[in-house]
Amino acid sequence: MNSVIKYFKDIFYGVSTLWAGMRVTGKYFVSPGQIVTQKYPENRATLKMADRFKGEIIMPHDDNNQHRCTGCGICEMNCPNGSIEVLTNRVPNEDGKVVRVIDKHVYHLSMCTFCGLCVKTCPSDALAFGQKFEHAVFDRHKLTKILNREGSSLKKEVKS
Amino acid sequence: MQSTIYNFHDLTGSIDSTLHSWFGNTGTVIAEMVLVGIAFLTFYALLGLFLVYLERKVCAVIQNRYGPNRVGPMGLLQTVADLIKLLMKELISIKRSDKFLFNLAPFIVIIASFMAIAATPFAKGLQAVDLNIGVFYVMAVSSLGVVGILIAGWSSNSKYSLIGAMRSGAQIVSYELSVGLSLLAIVTFAGTMQLSGIVESQADGWWIFKGHIPAIVAFIIYLIASTAEINRGPFDLAEAESELTAGFHTEYSGIKFAFFFLAEYINMFIVAAIGATVFLGGWMPFHIGSWDAFNHVMDFIPSMVWFFLKAFFIIYIIMWFKWTFPRLRIDQLLTLEWKYLMPLSLINIIIIAFIVLMGWHF
Amino acid sequence: MSEEIIKDVIIGESDDYIINMGPQHPSTHGVLRLEVCLQGETVKYLIPHVGYIHRGIEKMCEASSYPQIIHLTDRMDYLSAHMNNEAVCLCVENAMQVEVPERVKYIRTILDELNRIASHQLWWCAFGMDLGALTTFFYGLRDRELILDIFEESFGSRLLHSFNTPGGLMHDIHPNFQKRVKDFITYFRKKLPEYDQLLTGNVIFQQRAKGVGLMSKEKAIAYGVTGPSGRGSGFSCDLRKHAPYSAYDKVQFNEILYNEGDTFARYKVRMDEMWESMNIIEQLIDNIPDDGFTAKMKPIIKLPAGEYFQRVETARGEFAVYIVSDGNKTPYRIKFRSPNFSNLFVMNELASGGKIADLIAISGSLDLVIPDIDR
Repeated sequence: MNSVIKYFKDIFYGVSTLWAGMRVTGKYFVSPGQIVTQKYPENRATLKMADRFKGEIIMPHDDNNQHRCTGCGICEMNCPNGSIEVLTNRVPNEDGKVVRVIDKHVYHLSMCTFCGLCVKTCPSDALAFGQKFEHAVFDRHKLTKILNREGSSLKKEVKS
Repeated sequence: MQSTIYNFHDLTGSIDSTLHSWFGNTGTVIAEMVLVGIAFLTFYALLGLFLVYLERKVCAVIQNRYGPNRVGPMGLLQTVADLIKLLMKELISIKRSDKFLFNLAPFIVIIASFMAIAATPFAKGLQAVDLNIGVFYVMAVSSLGVVGILIAGWSSNSKYSLIGAMRSGAQIVSYELSVGLSLLAIVTFAGTMQLSGIVESQADGWWIFKGHIPAIVAFIIYLIASTAEINRGPFDLAEAESELTAGFHTEYSGIKFAFFFLAEYINMFIVAAIGATVFLGGWMPFHIGSWDAFNHVMDFIPSMVWFFLKAFFIIYIIMWFKWTFPRLRIDQLLTLEWKYLMPLSLINIIIIAFIVLMGWHF
Repeated sequence: MSEEIIKDVIIGESDDYIINMGPQHPSTHGVLRLEVCLQGETVKYLIPHVGYIHRGIEKMCEASSYPQIIHLTDRMDYLSAHMNNEAVCLCVENAMQVEVPERVKYIRTILDELNRIASHQLWWCAFGMDLGALTTFFYGLRDRELILDIFEESFGSRLLHSFNTPGGLMHDIHPNFQKRVKDFITYFRKKLPEYDQLLTGNVIFQQRAKGVGLMSKEKAIAYGVTGPSGRGSGFSCDLRKHAPYSAYDKVQFNEILYNEGDTFARYKVRMDEMWESMNIIEQLIDNIPDDGFTAKMKPIIKLPAGEYFQRVETARGEFAVYIVSDGNKTPYRIKFRSPNFSNLFVMNELASGGKIADLIAISGSLDLVIPDIDR
């Protein structure tokens, strides 16, 4: 007789645990307000990434098209993947002294692992992380970027 | 009381007499077969597409997602787009597979589900064949699908497929019994196996209400066993995606895969339709005993609406099962059937027979 | 058995039904290949094959300076990236005898525990899905997303945040950090009982998990199974208790131990650890001292010649770093002891004699991360 009672007890226990699970899913079914996913391309206008989001490496330029990069090459040295190449020129300045200025700051986005060492080690804070994350392109060469803009120059207060 | 429910016999009868006047006896039979065939094919395809969409929406809301929302309004055309994709896909032929059986299997599965739909009473007087052993017929043809699944698993020349097919065989053969016994419970109450007769017997209340607790037990057993029989929900061992990748249809691609997919959803509709017909009164509106005024108001809702409401209610429950429970193991699956469902339905049927003998049901 | 395996696999003379689960299989969570020998539904034995995602991280480290190594350790056990980072940082700091500020220790501990919760959440999702409960996947990820948002706000990346650096942190935590972590804990304390209703209590789940894949304490020690998997067998191996690092000596918490050694015990250890992690975070989050986020380090880090060793408790077990330095700015040799490698190879012992479905449940309960096995 005990085994019969246990048999039916097992059935009721089983059904009650199943019902507990169904209550959870049922609760979410009747409350569609709890949807957490986003409709991505539609919400582009309101989508704001965190300030520190590591989307890509950028070189901030001010209104006079001036940046802070002296071309010292520390970022290139610290990069674990070789995704940065700093190409410099030696040109005479107005005093007649030959100084180093950057020609191209080449950044291979396709190789970057976003470890942040270049931004952290830059002595003159010339690099920063940008928030852009839509990097998909059809041509791999488009992922190689030149960070300093055309005709830009070094800021006065930054010593090279 | 004169019922106000529209009888589709008027419509079908007028079509029948018109055809008679055009073609004569033999021609009428052929023309009607063609017409009914076309009607069912269209219904079948549309229903399949809609059920896939519905399942995706239901599971999405349960899982706090939007679900399909890109193609068409509310994503309604998503499954149409999927169908077009499946139609255009390459049919990959498997090395050293049994070509004939491999190609035959999807058709067996889909024909089995197609045959079962013929006996479903959609509305008053709207039924392709009203057999006097309707319940029996539906059970017989719906169990044919397992042959297709076994053939698919065997001919694919894939180890995953074979394991999936063998599992499916063991599962369907055993759960068939519980489905049969739980349907038999209501057959005992109604005293007929004719589906239209079972519906008519529920004019003063559905069997799930009239049949006391045994009818509710039978309904629950029917829900569990039929979920197992259509390889869904917690019983999807045959395709157990985390174990066997896709089970018996691992090697199928393109439209042949779509056939299996479609058959699964149509089978779901069939068990829901049979469950609705037998337990929830089919197309019969919600009637309470002798409350004539209330019953009369209920009659204004068309019978087809009632039928689909009930069927989709059961479909929703089956989906709810699937998206809540973990999958059973094969030995637990058989334990559940042979140690729990089967004895319970046997006890249940004895109790029901006793109730019917004593005339205690309403 | 071993002779039989040799006959089957190496000579190929057997009629056994051998299935290759993986490298591409839904439940191997990556590119793991399990060669499974079946008798009907029953598993006779299985042989794990590793190396499909081997990237030679240890060799790459030999050419990298110490700060550069950090971002490679992220990519081993990507779900406990922060703990891996911390292990290397602690090892280098010990070698250079640098005392990091208290603030760094506190923050590292909080992040460890957040990362552990995130990892266990993902494990819960995947384990439920292995057993066929598909909805768990979305509930787990939904709550994990909140932790990842906190990470994103502070470190800029969600999964592979190279936030540690030898001597401290890359930068300070975000001003919102404390508030958001507290919000998350209040939220998650409400959601975790829901996990129990949905899966833990479920009778089907209990049938699937209880008594499946029994691992004795001796076996756990013999195979070196650590972390929650080992603690489910009663093997007391929590390094946070036994060899405290960072701020773990300042907090009160229990080491979760279950003695059953089955899949359900391993499951329960992880579920209880999530509660315990929240306790640890709550003890620390309001008392973060304010003494700078990095110690003073030389721009180029050179370890004195010698051998250095440091182990930490990741979400999956004991992660150890062994550095041999010859005084240069790159290590002469570096060896990582990854927990998953040891946890994987006990699988043959656990799964033999069970059903295929048990094998899936066992591999889910060991919580394998394949890149960590192959490195």
